[in-house]
Amino acid sequence: MVTATALEAELLELAGSVPDPELPVLTLHDLGVVRALRLHGSDAAEVDLTPTYTGCPAIEAMALDIERVLREHGLREVSVRTVLTPAWSTDDITPEGRRKLREFGIAPPRTREASGPIPLTLGPTRTGAAGAADTAEAEPVHCPHCGSADTELLSRFSSTACKALRRCLSCREPFDHFKEL
Amino acid sequence: MTATGPVTVPVTAALALGDDALVLSHRLGEWAGHAPVLEEEVALANIALDLLGQARVLLSLAGDEDELAFLREERSFRNLQLVEQPNGDFAHTIARQLYFSTYQHLLYAELAAGDGPFAPLAAKAVKEVAYHRDHAEQWTLRLGDGTETSHERMRRACDALWRFTGEMFQPVEGLDVDWAGLESRWLESATGVLDRSTLTVPEGPRTGAWSAGAGRQGVHTESFGRMLAEMQHLHRSHPGASW
Repeated sequence: MVTATALEAELLELAGSVPDPELPVLTLHDLGVVRALRLHGSDAAEVDLTPTYTGCPAIEAMALDIERVLREHGLREVSVRTVLTPAWSTDDITPEGRRKLREFGIAPPRTREASGPIPLTLGPTRTGAAGAADTAEAEPVHCPHCGSADTELLSRFSSTACKALRRCLSCREPFDHFKEL
Repeated sequence: MTATGPVTVPVTAALALGDDALVLSHRLGEWAGHAPVLEEEVALANIALDLLGQARVLLSLAGDEDELAFLREERSFRNLQLVEQPNGDFAHTIARQLYFSTYQHLLYAELAAGDGPFAPLAAKAVKEVAYHRDHAEQWTLRLGDGTETSHERMRRACDALWRFTGEMFQPVEGLDVDWAGLESRWLESATGVLDRSTLTVPEGPRTGAWSAGAGRQGVHTESFGRMLAEMQHLHRSHPGASW
C-alpha cells in the first residue's frame, strides 16, 4: 500500500474538479469515478478512472478533460487508465452530488445495499396476473420539482443508459431519475 | 481497457462472450428509427450501448477490437445463433431479449463470483444486464398477458426462437461454469416468466439433430452474413478512417 503524497492528493482533487461532460452540474469527484492518482517523478501522473456504465461514451471525454487540466497545471505527461474493479455503483455518488442532481431536476439514485435493479412496475396487464409479481418499491422516487412521492415510471431507459424517465403525478412534470446501479 | 496485471485470457471465451454482445448490440441498433414508440427506441439503443461497451472490453482482451469486429469473416465469429436472428416484429425482439438476457445475467453472475480473467467485467456488466432482463421480462408479461393479438405474436416469437436456446449451454473453453446448473436455472426462470405471461413453454427440441445452434463453432444462419456486410462495410471501404 503506497500512501499518496500531499501533492498527489492535491492533483487528485484537481482531476476530480473536472465537470462531467454529460451532467456538467456534477464534478467527476461528485460522481465518484476518479479513483486514484499516482505521480511518477515530478511531472508525470497516472490517473485511475472508472466508467459508470461499461459502454458509457462519456469516458473518453472525461479522460481528455483530466489530461488537459493536469497539463495546464504543469504536468508534462498524463495517462488515464480505465479500471473496472471494484465496479462503480450509484452509491459512489457523493451526498453533495445527490443534492446537485436534485437541484438540476434529476431525481438522485436511492442508496442501496443489495445488488440488482430495484423492481419497478410497468403498469397492470390485461388480466392483472402479472401484478402480483411486481414488488412494491421499497422507497419511492421523489419528484425533483415538487418533492411529491407520487411518481410513475414511463420508461426504464431515458436520455442516457444511466437514467430512467418518470412522471410526477402531483405536478405532472416528467423528469429523469438516475437509476440505481 | 486495462487489466490489473498480467492475466492469461482464454481467447476462445473472450470471443464467444464478446461476439454475443457485439452482434446483439448491432441487431438492437437496427431498431433506431423503427421502434414502436420513442421510449422503446431509446431503451433498445441504451441496451445496445451497454452491450457494445461490454463487447469492446471483451474483444480488447482477445486482440484489437476494430480488427476483430470489422475484419473477421463470418465463420470466425463465435456468437450464439440466437443473437444474430433478425429483429422480426417487436415480440421477436423481446423474446430474443428474454432468452439471452436471462442467460447472460445468470452467466455473468457466476463469472463475477469467481476469480477468473472475466470476473472484473462480469461484476460490472451483471448490474447492467439485470436491467436488460427486467426490461425483457416486463415486456413479455405485458405482451403475453395483453390483447389477443399481442399474446399470439408473443407466442409465435417464443416458439420460433426456442430452438436456438439449447446452444447457450454448450460449454465454452476457458470458462469455469457449471453449465448444467446454469441451464436448469435458466429453464426455471424462463418457465416462470412464460407462465406468468399466460404463455406456454414451447415444446420443440432445444438441442439435438433437429435443433439449431453451432454459432460457437463458427456456423451461422443465413441472415448473419447480410448483417455483417452492413456492419463491416464502412470500415472495409475506408480502412483506418476516423472522424
